[in-house]
Amino acid sequence: MLKFGKKKKYASIPSEQSKLDVPEGLMMKCNGCHKIYYRKEMKKNIYVCPNCGYHHQLNARERIESLFDEGTFKEWDEQLTSSNPLEFPGYEEKIDKDRKKTGLNEGVVTGKGMIDGQETAFSVMDASFRMGSMGSAMGEKIARAIVNAQNESLPFIIFTASGGARMQEGVLSLMQMTKTSVAIKRFSEAGGLMISIMTHPTTGGVSASFASLGDYNFAEPGALIGFAGQRIIEQTIREKLPDDFQTAEFLLKHGQLDQVVNRHDLKQLLTTLLEMHKKGGEHA
Amino acid sequence: MKQVLEFEKPIVNLKEKIAELKSFTKDSEIDLSEEINTLEKRLESLEDDIYSNLKPWDRVQMARHQQRPTTLDYIQELFTDFIEFHGDRFYGDDEAIVSGIAYYKGNPITVIGHQRGKDTKENIRRNFGMPHPEGYRKALRHMRQAEKFNRPIVCFIDTKGAYPGKAAEERGQSEAIARNLMEMAGLTVPIVCIVIGEGGSGGALALGVGDHIHMLENSTYSVISPEGAAALLWKDSNLAQKAAETMKITSYDLKELGIIDSIISEPKGGAHQNVKEQAENMDKVLQKSLTALSAYSTDELLEKRWEKYKQIGDYKEN
Repeated sequence: MLKFGKKKKYASIPSEQSKLDVPEGLMMKCNGCHKIYYRKEMKKNIYVCPNCGYHHQLNARERIESLFDEGTFKEWDEQLTSSNPLEFPGYEEKIDKDRKKTGLNEGVVTGKGMIDGQETAFSVMDASFRMGSMGSAMGEKIARAIVNAQNESLPFIIFTASGGARMQEGVLSLMQMTKTSVAIKRFSEAGGLMISIMTHPTTGGVSASFASLGDYNFAEPGALIGFAGQRIIEQTIREKLPDDFQTAEFLLKHGQLDQVVNRHDLKQLLTTLLEMHKKGGEHA
Repeated sequence: MKQVLEFEKPIVNLKEKIAELKSFTKDSEIDLSEEINTLEKRLESLEDDIYSNLKPWDRVQMARHQQRPTTLDYIQELFTDFIEFHGDRFYGDDEAIVSGIAYYKGNPITVIGHQRGKDTKENIRRNFGMPHPEGYRKALRHMRQAEKFNRPIVCFIDTKGAYPGKAAEERGQSEAIARNLMEMAGLTVPIVCIVIGEGGSGGALALGVGDHIHMLENSTYSVISPEGAAALLWKDSNLAQKAAETMKITSYDLKELGIIDSIISEPKGGAHQNVKEQAENMDKVLQKSLTALSAYSTDELLEKRWEKYKQIGDYKEN
């Protein structure tokens, strides 16, 4: 018999302050291989680990910077933000806190800009704002961006990152799934090109609406994508889920995605796609 | 055995007492009719008192009542010559959704609804009314057919939610729901949606994009179940009652939030007390909706549908 059992493992929970400190820090640890890197080095590599290829989350500004030609991005509806329709206790404080933390007014940035000289409308969600959850303000911003794209005859590209619906707005948040989907239908009927890129994580109501409605649906490597939460599924079916369950690669295998795309190849892919859809298929 | 809800217990107890007295007087010489009369009056006022003051949590219990009428019950009451069609043509047939065509007042309609069971056996067959992707794809297949043959669509919503399972994820639960939202947005025929029990999240919404949305008085419509909300927001599923209030999920709440068009009243004590009466109440609203919607041209219909959803939401512009 073993005298010494396994040492108890304690999870350490970083304090609020240290959470804030980490992004400011000089060094960062890869979430995949745990190697330590200079933040600047990682940033230069658009937060893809040079060692193991782990794709770290990008915030909205970083994403825009990584794709758009310098100085071409024009933001829409920057001031639009959440109210508290259900008078949910503590909700406004939470929103205020995340506004300060992220410098954003809502968990999505919308606008238009040039990718390699080609103009496109654009929405990018930011998971650091209320976990990228969708409430009325986000639904409105995305719907408006789609309408603008339609009015200006631009393609529409969306980067999703969301834990799902914004619980504090109840059924109003659910209805944003419909609102955005109706906007997409109208855009699509008018011949608009929509490209969806699902990043970590894209779940719940966002995955079950616009994230899945692109003419082309891509995902970043390793991204968690799915409708229901894994714990709920395990409790429901009473079996353990495979390790790769609800990853981008899992979805690709099951025919739910067009491609899993490395962040370094993304800009080129988007450029080519935009270029190819400029022509109406006329073959001279 | 009829399921008795917690808040109904005083009524049931009083009813039992009255029955007891009645059977006692039958077998004896003593006249208790005066006492019985008094009790019956008290019963009436008690019923009025309880049923006209239902709290959100009470309505949740009503919406989940075992004997609450289901899609097939309303099809039986409202329509004639119902023909059910099965299968999504890709994978299988999902019995958590029924779909078919029937006559409504002499005109053909397509009817689609979540279907739960009223006992364990039926619930297993119907997967407790929680669809897989093939259910939503079957529904969409029939909606397209409705469009082709220019039939209005009636959807009954009654689900805890889309099924959270491994196979459902593999086959694209998200995509199936999203696709229905998008395609329903563009269907060129009138769509009327009626929430008859629980309207649970995206799984309900996938049959819920309509020109008119109505709710039975004691039905609910929410982004997450009260238990789920309590667990997620306060890490305590015992706070479900509080969540039912905070999350604003009753028909009255949704009317106030500007999401639904009307509330369909229920018989005293809930829809299960009198299916015929319930169907009659529904009939009036449905007929009104279909008459109003059929007056629109396709363009008007689609434009109004967009207008309807465009205005849902509450936000600030600083």
